Amino acid sequence: MQGNPVSGVSRPRLARAGPLGWVWENLLSSPLNAVLTLLLACLLYLAIPPVLQWVFIDADWLGDGPEACTGGGACWVFVRVRLYQFLYGFYPEDQVWRVNLGFGILIALLLPLLVERVPSKRRIAAFLLLLYPVIGFVLFYGGAFGLPVVETAKWGGLMLTLVLSGIGIVGALPGGVLLALGRRSQMPVVKAVCVAFIELWRGVPLITVLFMASVMLPLFLPEGVSFDKLLRALIGIILFQSAYVAEVVRGGLQAIPRGQYEAAEALGLGYWRSMGLIILPQALKLVIPGIVNTLIALFKDTTLVLIIGLFDLLAVVQAAFTDPKWLGYALEGYLFAALVYWAFCFGMSRYSQHLERKLHTGHRED
Amino acid sequence: MIEMRGVNKWFGQFHVLKDIDLRVSKGERIVICGPSGSGKSTLIRCINRLEVHQSGRIAVDGTELTGDLKHIERIRSEVGMVFQHFNLFPHLTVLENCALALVWVRKMPRREAEFVAMRYLDRVHIPEQAAKYPGQLSGGQQQRVAIARSLCMSPRVMLFDEPTSALDPEMIKEVLDVMIELAQEGMTMLVVTHEMGFARTVADRVIFMDDGEIVEEAAPDVFFTRPRSERTKLFLSQILR
Repeated sequence: MQGNPVSGVSRPRLARAGPLGWVWENLLSSPLNAVLTLLLACLLYLAIPPVLQWVFIDADWLGDGPEACTGGGACWVFVRVRLYQFLYGFYPEDQVWRVNLGFGILIALLLPLLVERVPSKRRIAAFLLLLYPVIGFVLFYGGAFGLPVVETAKWGGLMLTLVLSGIGIVGALPGGVLLALGRRSQMPVVKAVCVAFIELWRGVPLITVLFMASVMLPLFLPEGVSFDKLLRALIGIILFQSAYVAEVVRGGLQAIPRGQYEAAEALGLGYWRSMGLIILPQALKLVIPGIVNTLIALFKDTTLVLIIGLFDLLAVVQAAFTDPKWLGYALEGYLFAALVYWAFCFGMSRYSQHLERKLHTGHRED
Repeated sequence: MIEMRGVNKWFGQFHVLKDIDLRVSKGERIVICGPSGSGKSTLIRCINRLEVHQSGRIAVDGTELTGDLKHIERIRSEVGMVFQHFNLFPHLTVLENCALALVWVRKMPRREAEFVAMRYLDRVHIPEQAAKYPGQLSGGQQQRVAIARSLCMSPRVMLFDEPTSALDPEMIKEVLDVMIELAQEGMTMLVVTHEMGFARTVADRVIFMDDGEIVEEAAPDVFFTRPRSERTKLFLSQILR
């Protein structure tokens, strides 16, 4: 450094502290920025208060019919009165404890798996994957231990959405992983079958798949044989989404350096152990964002079961505001549905970010 | 221990290995050198079938390498391999890297496997790094972990594929020192390397390969002082300065 300051060079600006400093640095740093900031502030001022007015201040919360909605704002009475249907569809009210218990057990099992390091994680996971489906089925559907049968046609609302997406995710993930491995297989027949499967399912819209499952499939089945509409939709969703998951996972597999495969082979680990212990843990970690993206899409795509006559959350909401008694409250219904979908999707997204951070083990070699 | 007779290999049209004949007996240390693209890496990669040869015969400890998966996996678990780029598993700790194959291939209980792994980490002088992930270690440390990982399986032969060429100069010595200790303990070793100092002190035989052929094969003192072939002389003049 030379001792004499060069004239014309402005002195370093003093760092301003506090919120005012932040505003100065980030919002008003140049004339253009200042103008933009002002414009945006005006827009926000014009847009936000009316929305808040409608959603909260003028809204009606209490009452049990449309006549209670006189404030001119949102009529949350509608959502409150119909909440049972939104959550459970047409599930009989005296049996609803079974649904609550089923989801309660699920949450109790999932929380220790997701949040903290619990010593017996493996046992909980095994229980969740092997025994819980049976428990869940008996609770939801009944027909055993003196529980009366509740036909799947009566399932609906958020409960149906969660059943569809939960089973869809649990089925599509391993399916997708196997398809991805198959597509990279050395065995020509396995590879051809997997490529054909993926390209077929990826090439048709989900809505077509669901339509086929519900309308066309029964035509091909022999007389008298029929199986549940919900089950058919589920199979359709799982097959369809596993093709998407497969392509995401394949991207991860391709990103793993060849040296990893070779090192695993050189140690004498066979194909399945190499994949299960070395390649997949790394590949899946890489594609967490892509997989979560697919799962979020799956969650929202379950709304399409509406067209084959299953009443998921969105369908129930729509049915509710076409009720002549509640005509004109569609906005409240849609807002409520959007909020619920958003909460679940945002939760998945946050959890995946947490997972990525947790699995990060320093920079990769090579 | 290792026997190769009339081994040929092609990558497409390119003839990488031409009629290779090589016998390695127990306890022998062999250094293979040669210009890049001469087929030296491919040669040792054929021994644990990371590459498949198209004709000829390769046998390790009396077991011939064929398409039979059972044979291949057994041979692989008895032949250790150290790679140029270490190829440690980045999602596992150093200790887990070493214990993995013992648990899953040798079916050893985890605690015992970790005990064995610790012993070999001790032998390559980095027991204190056991709980770290490979990404947190220097290149030299990673390569020593890779050596320990192979040693855990108590291999009868160790293959080294340019173990020091991806390392910063100041880390080469720590890896070579470990390899020299290993040689002194009587391990059968095949080393592809350009470290001629290592070849001089450790090798029983030096093999020079060029263009897919074994051009010259001699004891190190003969190889470095009185090479017979012109190609060897040219190569040595280029790398010994």
